[in-house]
Amino acid sequence: MNNERPIYKYIDSIEFGLESPKMLKSIAKAKIVTPELYDKEGYPVDGGLMDVRLGVIDPGLRCKTDGQKLKESLGHFGYMELARPIIHISFIDVILGVLRSTCRTCGRILIPDDKVDSINAELDKISLDQGLSERTDKIKKIIANLRTINKCPHCSEKQKKISLDKPSTFMEEDRRLSPIEVRARLERVPDEDLSIFGINHLVARPEWMVLTVLPIPPVTVRPSITLESGERSEDDLTHKLGDIVRINQRLFENINAGAPEIIIEDLWDLLQYHVTTFFDNEVAQLPPARHRSGQPLKTLVSRIKSKEGRIRTNLIGKRTNFSARTVISPDPKIDVNEVGVPEGIAMKLTVPERVTEWNMDYLKEFVKKGNKEYPGANYIERPDGKRKRITDEVKEQLLEEIQPGFIIERHLMDGDISLFNRQPSLHRMSMMCHRVKVLPGMTLRLNPAVCEPYNADFDGDEMNLHIPQTEEARAESEILMEVQTQIISPRYGLSTIACIQDSISGNYILTREGFEMSRNEAIDILASAGITNFAKLPKKERVTGKEVFSCVLPDDFNFEGKSRLHKSNPKDPDSIVKIVNGKLITGVLDKANLGGGSGLLLRNLHKKYGRDKIILFLRDLNGLGAEVLMKYGFTSKLSDIDLTLEASKKIEDMKLETEKDVEKLITQYREGKLEQLPGRSMLESLEGKILERLNRLRNSAGELVEAEAKGDTTTMAMVKSGARGNTINLAQMSTIVGQQALRGGRIGKGYRDRSLSCFKKGDLGSNARGFIGRGFKSGLRPDEMFFMAMTGRDSLMDTALRTPKSGYLYRRLANAMQDLKVEYDFSVRDASKKIVQFMYGEDGLDVSKTEGGVINVKSIVESIK
Amino acid sequence: MTEKQKNSKESKKEPVEHVLVPKHEKISEKEKKELFEFHQIEMKDLPKILITDPGIKHLSPKENDVIKITRNSSTAGKAIFYRGVVSE
Repeated sequence: MNNERPIYKYIDSIEFGLESPKMLKSIAKAKIVTPELYDKEGYPVDGGLMDVRLGVIDPGLRCKTDGQKLKESLGHFGYMELARPIIHISFIDVILGVLRSTCRTCGRILIPDDKVDSINAELDKISLDQGLSERTDKIKKIIANLRTINKCPHCSEKQKKISLDKPSTFMEEDRRLSPIEVRARLERVPDEDLSIFGINHLVARPEWMVLTVLPIPPVTVRPSITLESGERSEDDLTHKLGDIVRINQRLFENINAGAPEIIIEDLWDLLQYHVTTFFDNEVAQLPPARHRSGQPLKTLVSRIKSKEGRIRTNLIGKRTNFSARTVISPDPKIDVNEVGVPEGIAMKLTVPERVTEWNMDYLKEFVKKGNKEYPGANYIERPDGKRKRITDEVKEQLLEEIQPGFIIERHLMDGDISLFNRQPSLHRMSMMCHRVKVLPGMTLRLNPAVCEPYNADFDGDEMNLHIPQTEEARAESEILMEVQTQIISPRYGLSTIACIQDSISGNYILTREGFEMSRNEAIDILASAGITNFAKLPKKERVTGKEVFSCVLPDDFNFEGKSRLHKSNPKDPDSIVKIVNGKLITGVLDKANLGGGSGLLLRNLHKKYGRDKIILFLRDLNGLGAEVLMKYGFTSKLSDIDLTLEASKKIEDMKLETEKDVEKLITQYREGKLEQLPGRSMLESLEGKILERLNRLRNSAGELVEAEAKGDTTTMAMVKSGARGNTINLAQMSTIVGQQALRGGRIGKGYRDRSLSCFKKGDLGSNARGFIGRGFKSGLRPDEMFFMAMTGRDSLMDTALRTPKSGYLYRRLANAMQDLKVEYDFSVRDASKKIVQFMYGEDGLDVSKTEGGVINVKSIVESIK
Repeated sequence: MTEKQKNSKESKKEPVEHVLVPKHEKISEKEKKELFEFHQIEMKDLPKILITDPGIKHLSPKENDVIKITRNSSTAGKAIFYRGVVSE
């Protein structure tokens, strides 16, 4: 920076106005008269659309207006005299409003003089009290009311109805108003009456909405592309402008030659069409102007509007440097707040570090390594801003130059701050700050416990990594976004990052009642999991799993909670989880305490020991779970879902009974004796009852399977701990897959009166309508397989169609609520400080500081006792 | 009186008596002042309620009155909202 002092300005207001024809002409640097672009030598034609006075897009040429070269000259506007006035399509509504509300002869607004002032005063008051959008609403209302007045209060002239024949023709009763007449009427409206229409006469006149002069945008706005073949391809805007110039010239010639009125009017309409599509090629009533290939031209409005427009792609959505994207894969051995970065990426992404006296030697080491060896450096920046790339050839010389004040852009290293993100970013937890850990390989690595907040899996998901480049950005990321700050969800006040899958199964097996091992084994497991403090392990030959688990817990931790067992069997010794002074006394640890979205154990640890410690707990818990599984093995075998002879007999009986019940229902239906459900037709009642009956069968089969299955298999461990799978899944594997539902009901479509051609017509029985009464283990019949394929495809379609819908729903919601804020008086307010809610969430609680949305008063009382 | 007529008579009950309509009360000028003071707001910052709203018909409201609405809340048990009466 020079010694110039920065100038601070405060934007008080912005005024939007219109450009007058006079102004357009004086701004313009060239008058465009010919549709030709280049002469035989390929040099831009004077007075053509690529006139060199409008700027340059060819290397070597100089702009005739400012004498600058390509990329230096910003370009200049030209103008074109229109043979006849043309209505500007974007102002149609305003013009219509003004025409309808002003007198057709004297041009005054259709409001008596004495009322004009009071209406103006009212408008000013509204904009002051309620805001500008309310003012525009009021103006709309006033204009709508004026439509009904049919006598001018000033000159007593009778008024006629004016209508708009879309897109751009004004009709006065049955007579067409030409743009010339429209313009003449608008000219008659006096300045004083304009404020009621919301027009500031100092910056805009209504007649300027009818164009007599068309501004030609600079060539730099519509550059042409030279194809490989040497041919030139012009921009869509240039094409459109060419059309306009051509038709305009023809119109001029015809008028001068005194051609018949019909021909002139046709040409005039054509010119109106071209000018309209030049501004907006998506006008509802007009066919869009097209390329020869048939694709619509992209003109001014389409350049700006919608998702692909300038605003949403280029202004709101920018591309970033210092970012990376690849496939992700799991690494349970790194911490949850770390991210594994491949070495190849680490050598491309850099962190700028400023050279000082104290770190000069440290930073020189990076330059010595160059850009091809790992921890090296890619660029060096001198205090004057000159950047140089470090290569093996120049690194010796650069090494000599380095002085305090230089900036070295060194490779990414372990411990650097990064932002890690997975789309769709629906959450604040979708973008978190991780510490870099450089690893071999080609993928970004993350701890499986953070899959939950990112909603990531490893079936080919890719994620983005960003490296903040300034101290401020790094500090902000670390304080606001690091993984440990995001553990407790602001939505429900519980852990989002918690134990998953193997970690839950492992700890479940370990803490189950009766599980024990020798002390040596215990130390083995703990040490492999990275836990080195064995002081809490009792000094005896054999130790229980609970004692091993207690090594993870801090000594002063007390907790009481319920395990998943508590619901089904509250008498079980493992159903109450009790931790006293850091020792697990009773209870088995399962998903209810270790899992995400439910685990009060984790919530309590977080509350007592803070967010940095919880990372370490998670590391120990995950490590311990994994080590237990590795030590004792964890393999699901086919016999895990075997049933005893009695059990399968019981289930067969249940199936038969259900079959009978369904038959009975169908006979009742056929005889018209079926009890009708309220608000349902007879057939719907039957369907509902059959569905209910079949679901009951599957559920009771599930319960039976759970009760009969040998409790100590790995499959049961997964189900009981809540790590994966449920009893229905068990039943599906061993005995009954169950009813396949298509759009909320049983499968009925396909053939006439039947689902598949192998069934009888009109068969309403369970098998003919998609009930699968056998398990995956025994295998499915072809028709059953087909039913499954049907529902599978249906759910696939459903998700594919629902995702974009819910995405748009979310976008609207996010935009509507983005600037709501909780004020110091706990009220929720919008950007203009209007109250939305008098007490945040109606109870004024910060959910992220609660336990599952509530405050546990009991535990607070106990903790101060 | 048939069952049907009885029903139609019952459904003509005032909306205010319906269980789903929360309690609406007009608050005094003093309470109004305190409310504005507490939140540091003016009339225009309040949510609005139309003067013709059936829920406040029985209060015979005037413009710029403040209506206190007590709703049942799933988080707080009872939640209090205020609305300013507007004519349009």
